[in-house]
Amino acid sequence: MSARFEKRAPQLRLKLEGWRSRLVLVLLAAGFALLAGRAFYLQALNTSFLQAKGEARYARTIELPASRGKVLDRNGHALAISTVVESICATPEELGEADERDLAALARALGMNAGEVRQKIARKDRQFVFLKRQISPEQAAKVMGLRVPGVFQQREFRRYYPAGEVMAHVVGFTGIEDNGQEGMELAAEARLAGVPGSRKVIRDRRGRIVEDAESLRPPRDGEPVTLALDQRLQFLAHKELKAAVEASRARAGSLVILDAKTGEVLALVNQPDYNPNNRATVTGRQTRNRSVTDLFEPGSTLKPFTVAAALDAGVVKSTTLIDTAPMKIGGWTINDSHPMGTLSVAQVIAKSSNIGTARIQLAMSAERVGTLYRELGFGVAPRTGFPGEAKGQLRPWEKWRPVEQATMSYGHGISVSLLQVARAYTVFANEGRLLPLSLLRQDSTPSDPAGASPPRGKPLFTPAATREVMRMMELATLDGGTAPRAQVPGYRVAGKTGTAHKPENGGYAEHKYVSSFVGLGPVSDPRLVVAVMLDEPQGVKYYGGDVGAPVFSTVMGQALRLMGVAPDAPATLNVLAPKESDPS
Amino acid sequence: MTRLSILLLLAVVACALGVVTSQHQSRKLFVELETEQAAAQKLATEWTQLQLEQGTWATHKRVEQVAVQRLGMHAPDAATTVVVAVEEAER
Repeated sequence: MSARFEKRAPQLRLKLEGWRSRLVLVLLAAGFALLAGRAFYLQALNTSFLQAKGEARYARTIELPASRGKVLDRNGHALAISTVVESICATPEELGEADERDLAALARALGMNAGEVRQKIARKDRQFVFLKRQISPEQAAKVMGLRVPGVFQQREFRRYYPAGEVMAHVVGFTGIEDNGQEGMELAAEARLAGVPGSRKVIRDRRGRIVEDAESLRPPRDGEPVTLALDQRLQFLAHKELKAAVEASRARAGSLVILDAKTGEVLALVNQPDYNPNNRATVTGRQTRNRSVTDLFEPGSTLKPFTVAAALDAGVVKSTTLIDTAPMKIGGWTINDSHPMGTLSVAQVIAKSSNIGTARIQLAMSAERVGTLYRELGFGVAPRTGFPGEAKGQLRPWEKWRPVEQATMSYGHGISVSLLQVARAYTVFANEGRLLPLSLLRQDSTPSDPAGASPPRGKPLFTPAATREVMRMMELATLDGGTAPRAQVPGYRVAGKTGTAHKPENGGYAEHKYVSSFVGLGPVSDPRLVVAVMLDEPQGVKYYGGDVGAPVFSTVMGQALRLMGVAPDAPATLNVLAPKESDPS
Repeated sequence: MTRLSILLLLAVVACALGVVTSQHQSRKLFVELETEQAAAQKLATEWTQLQLEQGTWATHKRVEQVAVQRLGMHAPDAATTVVVAVEEAER
């Protein structure tokens, strides 16, 4: 027996208790079980939390900025562009620990003084303050080059308006958060605004992006918006209106140019104006787009509509004679600026007789006239999409007193915006049909003839009546009419003056006027409607024919030349007749 | 049996090294791509700034100022304009 033990290892010769080895086995098993449990806990139960923690060490979500769409004129010239600028921000706590020298250098690079910077970071509880917003990338690079702890930059977009005050009222402007606040910037916000995207990336130890983990949302840049405006006409209109407002010392003024064939707004300017690139001192008086949002009593510019309606109703003919002796209606007396005797209907327009028009108006029913005014767009918003457009005031015809019906014929007791008047005049260029207005370019392609002709309303007048009234309005611009100064060399033009007393304290102000002129050209095939309005021109000359018509003449003449419209009255120019034997 | 195991071991090592190199390559290329994209971004920014500059230089106000003041130009008036009438048939 003992010999057998001898052959074995010496340790085994020890006779140990059996439980000891079992204890070791159990302890080892317990150890492994603990490890397995822990592993299970980490891997299966707590996995998402841990993975997120791990990812946070190397993955970052980056905001991808999207740029705002451009605003273009009808020929593709930029009217509003967004460009990248940097904003310098800081965490007050960290920057507060920076020493004096760093802070002074930082302030210098920002173009501020150290006190201002101190003030901005005074509130330690805030995580984030802007030190300076919207500086050029070059300046930002200099600031960041200082490597002051707690200072970082943030990319932003800033909107610039190259055409400045010339386009200001139509284009509008954006706020500091790059959202539209006025004008088309606001009206077309949905199309212009970009949607920022984001993506998840993996960064290495040095902060470089080494891998795209996933693209969460691609950024979507804003779409460009093409306006109907023509920059050349807009500039022309702006220059002439500004000169006229200054010369007549008027409080304000507006000018609208419409395409007589499509209803597109080719130019729309107002005085006073403002520079949208620098709005520190801008007031509401300057930003208001008066021709769209402000109402005025249009005066005699409404007379042609009464006459056209009367011609259609068969109440008068253009040769019918009308007595213009002062007339009394319900205790009111209607007067002319000077006695005119007996006039033909054509002369009533050419010489602008209030009494004559009132008589014609009263020969028609209130229902006919009231419906007509509404159909011409008075008292109805023009629906151009422009923010804050005025509807105008037109009382329902059922409630009219006879005197109201009479005064409305020469544009008192009704108020409209200049844009509405200009639009109403499109009936004379379109055989009696009113065109819808558009501030956006109407795109028509040759392959889509249906889209080439703009939608037209129902005819309000017969073509014959509009032609006759056009002829009467042309007489108004000839010698003997109210506005010979509206004439344009080389072109036949037609138009109507308006000089209205301003309503004040329930009555009419004695010496405050709104002078206007609305006209079309060239008469043989009207291409443009130009409407001018001057608010309270000072001085001895305040009639529409004296202050509005010259502006109309210059603007219409130059606009037709810019558009390359062939003169239809070349007799007033030097004409070179074509050679008899032209080889071509 | 042993020989096969060694062979497979070598293959596994080779594959592992391959994965490492290709990962390295892809990261290198990605960094390059990022650099190029940043450059493209920078160029796009510059483009909008140039457009803006062009728009500012080319405003009608400035063009007119230069034309009138520096070049002494003016728009021709009716007296100095000659209109060449075109016969109807030629249109």
